[in-house]
Amino acid sequence: MMKDTTSSVAGAIQNPKAPDPPRADGPPKADRPPIVIRGLRKSFGSQVVLNGIDLTIDSGKTVSILGQSGAGKSVLLKLIIGLQAPDAGTIEIHGQDIANASHEELTEIRKKIGFLFQNGALYDSLTVAQNVGFPLARHTQLTREEREQRVHELLSKVGMERDAAKMPSEISGGMQKRVGLARALALDPEIVLFDEPTAGLDPVTADEIDGLIAQLKSDRHMTSIVVTHDIHAVRLVSDRIVMLRQGNVVMDGTFEDMQKDKDEFIVRFLKTAA
Amino acid sequence: MLVYASIIVFAIAAGGIAGNRPAFAAFVGEVRSLFSAAALGAVRFFEWFGALGLFCKRVARAAFTRPFEFRELLRQMDSIGAISLPLVAAAGAAVGVVLSLQTRASLARFGAKSMLPTVIIFSIVKETGPIITALVVSGRVAAGIGAELGSMKVTEQIDAMEASAIDPYKYLAATRVIACILMLPLLTVAADFCGILMGWISQTLAEPISLRLFLNHGLSGVSFNDFLPPTLKTAVFGLIMGLVACFQGMRTTGGTAGVGRATTSAVVISSLLIIIADVVLVRLILVFFP
Repeated sequence: MMKDTTSSVAGAIQNPKAPDPPRADGPPKADRPPIVIRGLRKSFGSQVVLNGIDLTIDSGKTVSILGQSGAGKSVLLKLIIGLQAPDAGTIEIHGQDIANASHEELTEIRKKIGFLFQNGALYDSLTVAQNVGFPLARHTQLTREEREQRVHELLSKVGMERDAAKMPSEISGGMQKRVGLARALALDPEIVLFDEPTAGLDPVTADEIDGLIAQLKSDRHMTSIVVTHDIHAVRLVSDRIVMLRQGNVVMDGTFEDMQKDKDEFIVRFLKTAA
Repeated sequence: MLVYASIIVFAIAAGGIAGNRPAFAAFVGEVRSLFSAAALGAVRFFEWFGALGLFCKRVARAAFTRPFEFRELLRQMDSIGAISLPLVAAAGAAVGVVLSLQTRASLARFGAKSMLPTVIIFSIVKETGPIITALVVSGRVAAGIGAELGSMKVTEQIDAMEASAIDPYKYLAATRVIACILMLPLLTVAADFCGILMGWISQTLAEPISLRLFLNHGLSGVSFNDFLPPTLKTAVFGLIMGLVACFQGMRTTGGTAGVGRATTSAVVISSLLIIIADVVLVRLILVFFP
């Protein structure tokens, strides 16, 4: 079964059966960066996780966030989508500061952001298809048939259409991440946040997920942030790399810039990750 | 008297060790750590109530704003009501039998055996039925909600819901709280019915009496005010149970051990608050429905 699924994923990447329609308004305008972070600070008790981060991410670009475990990478993603509140600083999504957004404004901002959680975070009482259709049922006016069609398209894109009726507990970790990715893309978001999309996966499945992210980047020009330790993924999908250490940005540039960097920590990080 | 004795003992102990400097310093340190632990406990207690207050505000706002989650509400009503029904019916039936067995001998001693139907029906309808239902449902439903939401929290399912722009306070909490409020009075009626029925069966096995005569005797002294306020007060028990269980579940931290703690605390705290609320509500009912 795994072999079939793998080949269907590869097929979907090379020749997508159900490509998403182009956005009605075309790719997001490049004049205003969709994500602007200024002076972002976050602490848990006495532990400073982010110590005044400044980061601007341009439209259609994929930025990888690297750093040791506990460097605040996942916290940064949760701050961007408003799951946690910053201690200081601002996060602007399309010019709107999410820390000061009302409940309704935050809901509208979140509709434009897809989030792939580290462990998929699928709703365990719903089937695979229901998981993907859950945001569609609440935020779109699609009829039941249209919704089912859209769910089928999304699951086909990640090679999971045959497992639509299964429960999350019946599929593997890699499959759960693919379903999580389909769910994250359900509302056709302008920004996608990936929290360690390949962590804990075998190399083949990890490569498939990396391929899907690269495919999304080239097809849909989405703005993405990828938190990962996977150097292969970083090389494949990133336009820009940001390295965090002890709550600060220690490197901001391309993969080539990172390879040329003489900083002892970055050299050791690259060497170990490779 | 006890306070004076404690002060004298404390003074003697302090005086006895005052001459011995290291022992005195250790004693002061012990007292200080005792007070700081008590202060920390008090702060946590008030923090918990403050967080519960904010949670209630968010749930209330979610419950009264569109869109309403009717389908999920119906699912929760089925889950809380239909599935709790056999347990509640069995508890009510057991109470009816026990009341019949226990009170017959006592009433016979005072020559008031004819009052047995009234005593059974009055006891069940006014107090035993509502409180037993609330405590039984609390044990089953609060534990279920605490465990379900707790495991959703630690596996980031609630975060995923929020990230998908779906309000978990509306979809998860408000639906469960409203379902508890609506189902508790109905379950109480079921418990009352089973209790009265089994009370009659128990009575008729000892001394045959027709159901009609049993009910005529028993209900002759019962007015609508004896039935409605005690039954409706269980809606407040449902509110307490739903809010506490959802609150404890949605603030779970610490993996599977945290889920266990959330489940236990949901049952313990909701049961305790239900008992306290019962005292207050009984007093209010006596004032407003004398």
